Amino acid sequence: MIKFTKKGIYCIPGKFYLDPWLPVEYAIISHGHADHARWGMKHYLCHTHTKNILKHRISDDILVETLGYNEPKTINGVRVSFHPAGHIIGSAQIRLEHKGKVVVFTGDYKVKDDYITTPFESVKCHEFITESTFGLPIYKWLPEKVLQQQLHDWILQNKANNRTSVLFGYSLGKAQRIMKLVEGLDEILVHNAIYHSNNAIESSGIVLPKTTRLDGYFNKADVQNKIIIMPPGLLGSKMLTRVPNAATAICSGWMQVRGNRRWRGVDAGFAVSDHADWDGLLQAVKESEAEKVYVTHGSQATFTKYLNKIGIKAQEVITEYGDNELEAAEAKKEAIT
Amino acid sequence: MKRFSELISAIEITNKTNAKIEALVQYFTHAADKDKLWLIALFTGKRPPRPVKSSLMKQWCAELTELPEWLFLESYSTVGDLGETIALLLPQPTHHIEKSLDAWMQELIQLKSKTESEKKAYVLNAWSGLNVQERLLFNKLIGGSFRIGVSKKTLVNALAKLTNMDANQLMHSIIGNWDINSITFDELLLGTHINYDNSKPYPFCLAYALEKELNQLGDVNDWQVEYKWDGIRGQIVKRNGELFIWSRGEELVTQQFPELVEVFETWQYNFVIDGEIIAIKDSSVLLFNDLQKRLNRKNISKKLLEEVPVGFYAYDILEFENKDIREKSLVERRKKLSLIFKQNTAKNIQLSETVAVTNWNALHEIRENSRSVNSEGLMLKQKHSPYHTGRKKGDWWKWKVDPLTIDAVMIYAQKGSGRRSSKYTDYTFAVKKDDGLVTVAKAYSGLTDAEITEISRWVNKNAIEKFGPVRTVKAELVFEIAFEGIALSNRHKSGVALRFPRIKRWRKDKTINDIDTIESVKDLIYANSNNNEL
Repeated sequence: MIKFTKKGIYCIPGKFYLDPWLPVEYAIISHGHADHARWGMKHYLCHTHTKNILKHRISDDILVETLGYNEPKTINGVRVSFHPAGHIIGSAQIRLEHKGKVVVFTGDYKVKDDYITTPFESVKCHEFITESTFGLPIYKWLPEKVLQQQLHDWILQNKANNRTSVLFGYSLGKAQRIMKLVEGLDEILVHNAIYHSNNAIESSGIVLPKTTRLDGYFNKADVQNKIIIMPPGLLGSKMLTRVPNAATAICSGWMQVRGNRRWRGVDAGFAVSDHADWDGLLQAVKESEAEKVYVTHGSQATFTKYLNKIGIKAQEVITEYGDNELEAAEAKKEAIT
Repeated sequence: MKRFSELISAIEITNKTNAKIEALVQYFTHAADKDKLWLIALFTGKRPPRPVKSSLMKQWCAELTELPEWLFLESYSTVGDLGETIALLLPQPTHHIEKSLDAWMQELIQLKSKTESEKKAYVLNAWSGLNVQERLLFNKLIGGSFRIGVSKKTLVNALAKLTNMDANQLMHSIIGNWDINSITFDELLLGTHINYDNSKPYPFCLAYALEKELNQLGDVNDWQVEYKWDGIRGQIVKRNGELFIWSRGEELVTQQFPELVEVFETWQYNFVIDGEIIAIKDSSVLLFNDLQKRLNRKNISKKLLEEVPVGFYAYDILEFENKDIREKSLVERRKKLSLIFKQNTAKNIQLSETVAVTNWNALHEIRENSRSVNSEGLMLKQKHSPYHTGRKKGDWWKWKVDPLTIDAVMIYAQKGSGRRSSKYTDYTFAVKKDDGLVTVAKAYSGLTDAEITEISRWVNKNAIEKFGPVRTVKAELVFEIAFEGIALSNRHKSGVALRFPRIKRWRKDKTINDIDTIESVKDLIYANSNNNEL
């Protein structure tokens, strides 16, 4: 039913693509991140909460159809439905059913509840196409409550030392997650790029924690000792140097490893990730009860090898997801706006 | 251990020396006496012997986590540190143990003589009672380098800031012989166990790179010309029967060079001599790469002593018979230095030779040929100058030879360590040979963080292997490699050995078709050297 092509993952009977990286006629999109939702598709189909994000990120005049979770639609005889992926707001696993055979494409996902995204639901299938961003057993995330405590302690300590807390995270997904984690501690100021992402999300009727837009020409006194969230592209920027007594932290799963924390030259690193950790990946694969697992972007070689060793038939698939260059380009764009 | 853990977190995250010093000062202000002493011991190589082998720790971790060995190794090559890999892989703690650093260290000392099963029970209990960061520290307390960029010098600077004491004296105090059970923190800092008067060094006089034409320096007869040797600057302090060797980084390195100590101890006179510590074998100077094998080691094996013998070329004298003579002119100081070398002789310890010149023009050729004696250029010193404190323009100039360069293609990439463990920072380069490629150099410095990040991303996409720490990559990225010298070598597959190779720049404008061939590389030897064997 599925074919891995140069343009993306293709559904043969359905005649559509899943998260294609080259322009096609009909694309079903798992979520709004730039490496999964690209420009140039004639038709887009995505979850209801992703629509405005796509329009904001790609263009207002694209043709977008939407579905809610568990709301099937038949395309050329293929029954298509979305199921919560828990990655970011509006993210969906895409379930395809044709002549009794079921394929699930996860896009990106995490299995733990972050209290802002609709939590992941496992879906049984014959073939499971999973990501593997953090497919090594060294990646084990702390419970949300513990992460929250760590962030709170850090921010309060900064405040006590007369420092302004600056947290770095992508404007779509991570930024909202951080907002939820630090909600209620103090006024949260967000960079323009995050402000726009927030608007796109809220225009679908979602309520986000209260934030203030950080004006490009802010007064130092207005931000002193508060919480600022910026996209990672702003690390080392002029804007950052204008923040009085900034204490900086990156929120990313990569911060799990000491070398990564130290590489970036920030004051702290928190392993806050919107991807499944090792146990989460294994849990999702096992609960899918799939006969065959396809492993995409990340540690695909390692995770595939491990699955095969524990008796789950798995195969690596090369895709263009998880492309850091796209993220970097996006970050640069955000740094300018 | 909470305070220790906080200290390490604060230090490891920053690459600013001042922030590290500040964190250390905080620790020394608040920690318990014994804990402070342990901290000093741990960062000056005075730790007790390792009580548990790392292979056992690895084995117990594998048992607990039920992970196959290949997956353990794959995790290890991503993390780049064994203690950290184990800390990350272990299951969540079941309880919490809080003990002082001193308590942990005392227990680990006791552990050394226990049976393997007792050791296992102890380590497993500790692992299950510590969070990830504390576990990492526990593993490091057992053995292994912290890799957080705290040198003895950083430690000393923090202690100096804390106490307003002289940094060199503190250096001698913490390096000197002391036992944690019979000294207090204050006693250690005050140096009750040492005689600082005997070790006190002088600041080194440093040279600037030559920035004018030779004839602008005036009369050639007013200048002393020497070869510039590529080792580490050292100050030999011999007073009242005691001998100390200070490095230019103001660290005491006496124990690292037993063959120098052995000789100088028998020499007549008290003196403080400035010179270069170099690797020297059968009367010829070896590569700096060879000398590096001898640096910063706690124990030097007999084999290494034979393989890389160390010598000393004396440049100058600062103190003679307990009298500071730095204000005397270079000519006068040189006379005193010659006197010492007249009274004392040793094969591996020599007076740095002066180069006789009668006109400036002759110097150009001598400089160009300095590679033939494994020197990196010339030093020009004003004969009437005093021995200055620190870097002062005008009296001492260094005039190095320009490095040689070739264009080579990257064929392997390996991850770095410490701060760089997440990136591919160590590369192997090749040039053309017949229809294929042959390795000529391994180099890791010279690129910006942004370039390293870009290359790492490229390596991830273009690696041929999928497992293990070394990645073979598509031969595509071309770099200009600079090096100080080149010689034929039958130890290397390519037949040549490069001296101090490093990346000069990334040649994005070049492709593999533009790189050097092994023949064009070898041509450099005949053009630059008199001896053909390294």
